[in-house]
Amino acid sequence: MNVLLDYFPEFRDGFIGTVSITAVSTAIALVLGVVIAGFRVSPVPPLRWFGTAWVTLLRNTPLTLLFLVTTFVVPEILFPGMSAFVLGSLALGFYTSSFVCEAVRSGINTVPLGQAEAARSLGMTFSQTLRLIVLPQATRTVLPPMSSILIALTKNSAIAGAFSVTELFGWQKLLSEEGYDIVPIFLWVSLAYLAVTFTISGIFRILERRLEVAR
Amino acid sequence: MSGVSVTKGAEDAGPATGDLVVLSNVNKHFGALHVLQDIDLTIARGEVVVVIGPSGSGKSTLCRTINRLETIDSGSITIDGKPLPQEGKELARLRADVGMVFQSFNLFAHKTVLENVMLGQVKVRKADKKAAEQKARTLLDRVGVGTQADKYPAQLSGGQQQRVAIARALAMDPKVMLFDEPTSALDPEMINEVLEVMQQLARDGMTMVVVTHEMGFARSAANRVVFMADGRIVEEATPDQFFSSPRSDRAKDFLSKILHH
Ligand SMILES: Nc1ncnc2c1ncn2[C@@H]1O[C@H](COP(=O)(O)OP(=O)(O)OP(=O)(O)O)[C@@H](O)[C@H]1O
Ligand SMILES: [Mg+2]
Repeated sequence: MNVLLDYFPEFRDGFIGTVSITAVSTAIALVLGVVIAGFRVSPVPPLRWFGTAWVTLLRNTPLTLLFLVTTFVVPEILFPGMSAFVLGSLALGFYTSSFVCEAVRSGINTVPLGQAEAARSLGMTFSQTLRLIVLPQATRTVLPPMSSILIALTKNSAIAGAFSVTELFGWQKLLSEEGYDIVPIFLWVSLAYLAVTFTISGIFRILERRLEVAR
Repeated sequence: MSGVSVTKGAEDAGPATGDLVVLSNVNKHFGALHVLQDIDLTIARGEVVVVIGPSGSGKSTLCRTINRLETIDSGSITIDGKPLPQEGKELARLRADVGMVFQSFNLFAHKTVLENVMLGQVKVRKADKKAAEQKARTLLDRVGVGTQADKYPAQLSGGQQQRVAIARALAMDPKVMLFDEPTSALDPEMINEVLEVMQQLARDGMTMVVVTHEMGFARSAANRVVFMADGRIVEEATPDQFFSSPRSDRAKDFLSKILHH
């Protein structure tokens, strides 16, 4: 009587749940993080203020609190009937975007100012300068911290289980409540998380190596 | 904009058909430091103006205000009759008409030499890729680095990089070119190859503002020398006048220093 085999469909659903919420929140975090980083270095003061407020607010709020707000407050006043999965992804994606933003911004700061000045004096707009000149050169320095941020995101996705999102950690709760021995359960859960996090660090290692040969 | 106009305006090579860049009563502070004080400077179309002066006198700042890389506190700057607009699309359009060459080259490190010269044409001028490439190659040949087109900037010598930077600016068909000490980061043996390109450009009738201490260039290419000290224009004269008989004590003092080393 193996826990994994007995409850394989639930395990599989949990694993898929973890991978999905990780993937969706990663997408949200990356897009928002880069955009907000752009805001934070923009010449337009209101955008800068917005960026600073965004980062300060989200980075300093406990993630559990953010989940509470998105699951119980947001549907009440804004989007009634939104699924737990979407709400959870939003909470996790928004939260992580503040870390992505800061990593991207520190990468931007490593690109010599002369690069942006040369772009602007050719007549490029702020967003062209950022997209075509600064961000591509910042990528190399941004990759290592980004890898850690996304691994943290994967592990943080466990919190979503407490807010009725189907994911791996929820499977563990289900089975320990049924009275199974928790040691093998934890073993399987950790292995599944490792599979996701190793994939992430593997992808980043490939990306880093690619960028090294590209120059 | 014209297409491939590599040898510019052979028909009106001489200076003076109207004012291209006009600075009037320009003031700028960096905190408590008054870097530009009541600057009045008019640059005619086709004119080559050399700006010279001691370190910290505000030469770079002056140069950078002309394409608004530095903002000014008061006064006005017009280019081809148009006042410099606020930061935004319109300013970007105006900057495309003002070429800038930096002391430290500032070539885009992640792009090849060819891409460096194509990028502005394609992204700013919305030129067709094929045409942009052709023009880029012609310009690279013209500044003598045609064979380096597929290399990255870091693989080139300083003199080659600076010539690529000049080609990159020229690719926009600028109305005026600004040079901020284009040769002072170069090893001595590379200075001439860059100066020769600039001299040719001057002969072709390009309007140029050049911050430099290269007196040979000033004598052979400049129509006028502007001497700055402590944020002011202290003296304006022809190169011959300025170098052989400067009027102000500041200029005499400065010239005696740069001539003695
Ligand atoms: N961004 C800045 N913030 C504060 N002060 C500055 C800034 N840029 C320049 N300055 C100061 O303004 C003064 C003029 O600088 P600028 O670079 O225009 O001089 P310069 O004539 O080009 O000198 P150099 O021959 O050394 O290049 C200097 O005292 C400099 O320290
Ligand atoms: Mg300077």
